[in-house]
Amino acid sequence: MNKKRMRLKGLIKKESLQIIRDPSSIGIAFLLPVVLLLIFGYGVSLDAEHVPIGIVIEKPGHLAMDFTGGFYNSEYFSPTVFSNIQEAEKALMKRRIMAICWIRSDFERRVLSTKDSPVGIIVNGVDANQAKIVTGYITGVWIKWLSQYARSKGLRLDAPVNVEQRIWFNAAVRSRNFLVPGLIAVIMTLIGGMLTSMVVAREWERGTMEALLVTPVRIKEVILGKIIPYFVLGMGGMAISVVIAIFIFHVPFRGSFLALTYASALFMLTAIFLGLLISTAAGSQFVAGQIAIVITFLPAFMLSGFVFDINSMPFPIQVITHIVAARYFVSILQSLFLVGNVWKIYIINCIWLMVMALLFFRIIRKKSHKRLA
Amino acid sequence: MLRRILALTIKEFIVILKNKKSRMVLIIPPIAQIIVFGYAATFDLKDVGVAIYNEDRGEVSRDVIARFQGARVFKIVNWIQSDREIAPILNEQKALMVLHFHEDFSKDILRGKGGNLQIILDGRNSNTALIALSYCRQIISDFNRAYSKRFRGVLPPARLKVRAWFNRTLNSHWFIIPGIVALLTIVVTLEVTALSVAKEREAGTFDQLLVTPMTPFEILLGKSLPGLIIGILEGTFIILMTCFWFEIPLRGSLLVLYSGLFVFLLSAIGIGLMISSISLTQQQGLMGAFMFLVPAVVLSGFATPIANMPEFVQRFTLLNPMRYFLVIVRSVFLQGAGFDILWTQYIPLAIIGVVSLAVAAALFRKRMY
Repeated sequence: MNKKRMRLKGLIKKESLQIIRDPSSIGIAFLLPVVLLLIFGYGVSLDAEHVPIGIVIEKPGHLAMDFTGGFYNSEYFSPTVFSNIQEAEKALMKRRIMAICWIRSDFERRVLSTKDSPVGIIVNGVDANQAKIVTGYITGVWIKWLSQYARSKGLRLDAPVNVEQRIWFNAAVRSRNFLVPGLIAVIMTLIGGMLTSMVVAREWERGTMEALLVTPVRIKEVILGKIIPYFVLGMGGMAISVVIAIFIFHVPFRGSFLALTYASALFMLTAIFLGLLISTAAGSQFVAGQIAIVITFLPAFMLSGFVFDINSMPFPIQVITHIVAARYFVSILQSLFLVGNVWKIYIINCIWLMVMALLFFRIIRKKSHKRLA
Repeated sequence: MLRRILALTIKEFIVILKNKKSRMVLIIPPIAQIIVFGYAATFDLKDVGVAIYNEDRGEVSRDVIARFQGARVFKIVNWIQSDREIAPILNEQKALMVLHFHEDFSKDILRGKGGNLQIILDGRNSNTALIALSYCRQIISDFNRAYSKRFRGVLPPARLKVRAWFNRTLNSHWFIIPGIVALLTIVVTLEVTALSVAKEREAGTFDQLLVTPMTPFEILLGKSLPGLIIGILEGTFIILMTCFWFEIPLRGSLLVLYSGLFVFLLSAIGIGLMISSISLTQQQGLMGAFMFLVPAVVLSGFATPIANMPEFVQRFTLLNPMRYFLVIVRSVFLQGAGFDILWTQYIPLAIIGVVSLAVAAALFRKRMY
């Protein structure tokens, strides 16, 4: 027992020294999350503001001015006037404007007589998601105008059904509130994978693994000795990220910190195991590096639910997302930050993380044994 | 000179392809990724869970609900009876939204007043919430129009006639999948180039290369060509998948697209070699590649638009080659754009490429001492 502990202690010390002497790992663990989270936190947003919109009024008139005034008063738009539709269309082609509001010469006459006067809206559909959001904003301008118009004419034009929306957990509909917690998961996946994916491969390549293997040290101890220092480093980076999310990006945190710590520890272990697994399986740093790029960052970015909603994916892809550890952590983080302790979501995702961690650990042990033989 | 460059290129190819694992890394992931990501990356909603809380016994609410049942985006998953049930359903993500019809909903509408339909949404993913909400508004406004026409004979003074250019159904796959061409091409190119010099430096063979008659320029070419060839092959493969598997229309010319791909690869290779020649070890090379790749992808406009970023971040993205190539791919695919519109994208890409390649070549010698 005592000897075991001594061996483990020795290994941890050796790994820790290696980390300290190569400042790049400390940089990865502490500096990188800060830099990445700051850049991405500011840079990643789905909220369109000051959308450039072109306005074409074929026949200036009181009503047409009134209608387009809504665009000038909205913070969502920054309007530009075009004298004819051809010019506006050209600007749309060149991506100078995102949408066109086209008011034809008969607008006023039709509003006053037949009603139901059409207003042409052309959106650039290349970015379909933004186009939808912008269309939503334009609809908002239109609805507001309708009610103002009715009031000014003393008309009763109440629409049969009024929508009264209440958005829970994120009343201001700030995309940053869900993107920043998701980013923490993506960044920690990277860091866990990056920190560890090369460490075993490095030992094999330098031949020090063989030296280690002839000592009485067990393979389990080698693995533990590698995990513990990196785990401590990773958790440090995690803590910094959470602080940045709360104090710099003002993402509300409504859950318990204990729950967060526990889930983070589980996730960190999974990420580190994955890194070790890569580095054990790859054998050389070159291949380990290539695999790490391919299987850590992109899946965490695309398949974790961080930007793309998992529920909207086709079923087979939803099944595949279950092998991406970040998926569980993103779900836990989004709930802990924005909703609170939703135990049902929390526990299910933690169980998945635990299963993955155990699975990775077993594979690492098995793979490492093989190398011994 | 040509023979020397060719020899180095062949040697680089052997290094990349001789190891079975490293061969696999170049071939399998792009195939798997284009398919998986192609299907996964969408902002469009489907089967959005809706819970209905109907306190109204009238006919109008039933008509409205029928419209939601008929909409492909929504799926009614729950009928609830009390206020208390709302919170658990949303908290545990059993439904994304609750439609709440008040007791007097139908009565108010029949009396000519407006009936309030309360929609409570889970805003955890604000984008999903906004899109779902705009679908709801669409359904309600269609309903209102039909209802007013039938029972009231009055229509609102104006209506919007929305048309989307280039992507009529606003299918977000059309936006994302051409973007994957840029994404996977840059990943593969960096993988090939970022470790190539660092690996030799670590093994000490780079010094040997420097004492051969090869000039730094020749070394540069020899080290770049494999990345260029592999990048073009992978890019072609992904473009083919985009056209024929995902059936995204390619409206522009291949010449415009491939010129874009070529300058984009130049800049990616330049940056990859630059990282590689700064690094002393493979680990540093890998980290450098990561450090470049991750921000380059996240801040490229691939998933979240550059226009939404704050000014200083937008300026920072001017250095990002992916930003320009994304515009090129998407415009060529969906818009059929030509050089006249896109030249503003080619020039910065070419500048990034030339500068980074020159720096890489200069660093070859510098780092020796």
